[in-house]
Amino acid sequence: MGVKQSVKMAKCVVWDLDDTLWKGTLSSGDEVVVDPRILETVKTLDERGILQSIASKNNHDDAMRKLEEFGLAEYFLHPQINWNSKSSSLTELQAKLNIGLDTFIFIDDQEFERDEVAFVHPDVETIDAADRFLLTDLPRLSPVHVTEDARRRRLMYREGEQRDRSELAFQGPHDEFLRSLDMVLDISPAGGDDLLRLEELTHRTSQLNSTGIHYSYDELEKLIDDPGHDLWVCELTDRYGSYGKVGMALVEKSGDQWTIALLLMSCRTVSKGVGTVLLQFLVKRAAERGARLFARFRRTDRNRQMLLTYRLANFHVVSRDGVDHLFENDLEIVRDYPDHVRVNVDA
Amino acid sequence: MHDSGTPVDAAPDMDVRESIRGYIKDNIASLGEDGLRDDDNIFEKGFVTSMFAMQLLAHIESAFDVEVPDEHLNLHRFSSVERMAEMVSELRAVRRE
Repeated sequence: MGVKQSVKMAKCVVWDLDDTLWKGTLSSGDEVVVDPRILETVKTLDERGILQSIASKNNHDDAMRKLEEFGLAEYFLHPQINWNSKSSSLTELQAKLNIGLDTFIFIDDQEFERDEVAFVHPDVETIDAADRFLLTDLPRLSPVHVTEDARRRRLMYREGEQRDRSELAFQGPHDEFLRSLDMVLDISPAGGDDLLRLEELTHRTSQLNSTGIHYSYDELEKLIDDPGHDLWVCELTDRYGSYGKVGMALVEKSGDQWTIALLLMSCRTVSKGVGTVLLQFLVKRAAERGARLFARFRRTDRNRQMLLTYRLANFHVVSRDGVDHLFENDLEIVRDYPDHVRVNVDA
Repeated sequence: MHDSGTPVDAAPDMDVRESIRGYIKDNIASLGEDGLRDDDNIFEKGFVTSMFAMQLLAHIESAFDVEVPDEHLNLHRFSSVERMAEMVSELRAVRRE
């Protein structure tokens, strides 16, 4: 079924500043300049949906002012400009962006800095700044398709930063914060327009992913017209804007026996509890149609939360072969949707 | 099922319940409003997201220095303060063996 990928796509490029992003050393009073080809590289990566950030040992305010002057500041999420080790900046970025360390590329002109990062984070790919003009040619930074969601990715992360700030400022329990977001989850059968994004989701998502199987565009295209399968997609919106198409579920139907072959949710929604809601939708639907509901689950070292999602939705283990599990839900507990998210089903 | 109740464990067990109950009430307003009893089913009283369940799990593992294995991650074990506390004492007992 799924397609094996030879190379894992990168999601974020982390730039050093002095003699990498720009020429010269800011703190020693150089008049630093940015090569037009670097400006172009930053913009190209951004359009491809690759996130970018900074790990630089510099005075934060001075460096940010320079980035503003060059018109580059907006491209970088959570810039780490401080005097800490670069490996700790990478740790910070990993936590802030919530993406795997093996999806980061770190570029720096100093061999010491590259080695320090590689030593602490062997999964991070490090690149010599001498190769900075070749970044856009790297296969790991060259997605075959660029979806609408990818083009808006940086913007969606920015909206996420606003949410995070208001969550921090919110004094009170988590569920009240969720309620304050006015979330709407739209669930609908996948259409032709969704396929690129769904292919991308199956490749990018590891945390909230039940089986980790990758599906190609062509495979997904066959599935949407196949009466033996339901392919669902969901979009999440809140008062800060849309998160885009963030989740999908693939259900194999054989008579009255339904099997969830894949359930996934983008890691950007990890704290919103909507994975539970999409699963709840499938439970409700199976109960209404009088189907038996099974689910395949492959345990990885990353998807404990998905395991918990299934198990707390009352799926129990029918059989197990190593890391591969078959779950069944006896449909005895069918709960209403939570009141902090409005669910619209278009089916 | 009741354990043989070694007296040494009785007091810590109250701490475990207190800690779990406090954590839930602090984070889920709908469960804190009219008092949360140790045998209340938290899934019936309010909506528990998988995110909150993960946080609760992390709280249990770090506060009581236990590791909850996959087999224990189920609705039954997490349905009430009481059951979670029972799970913690079981896991502690295994650790001591």
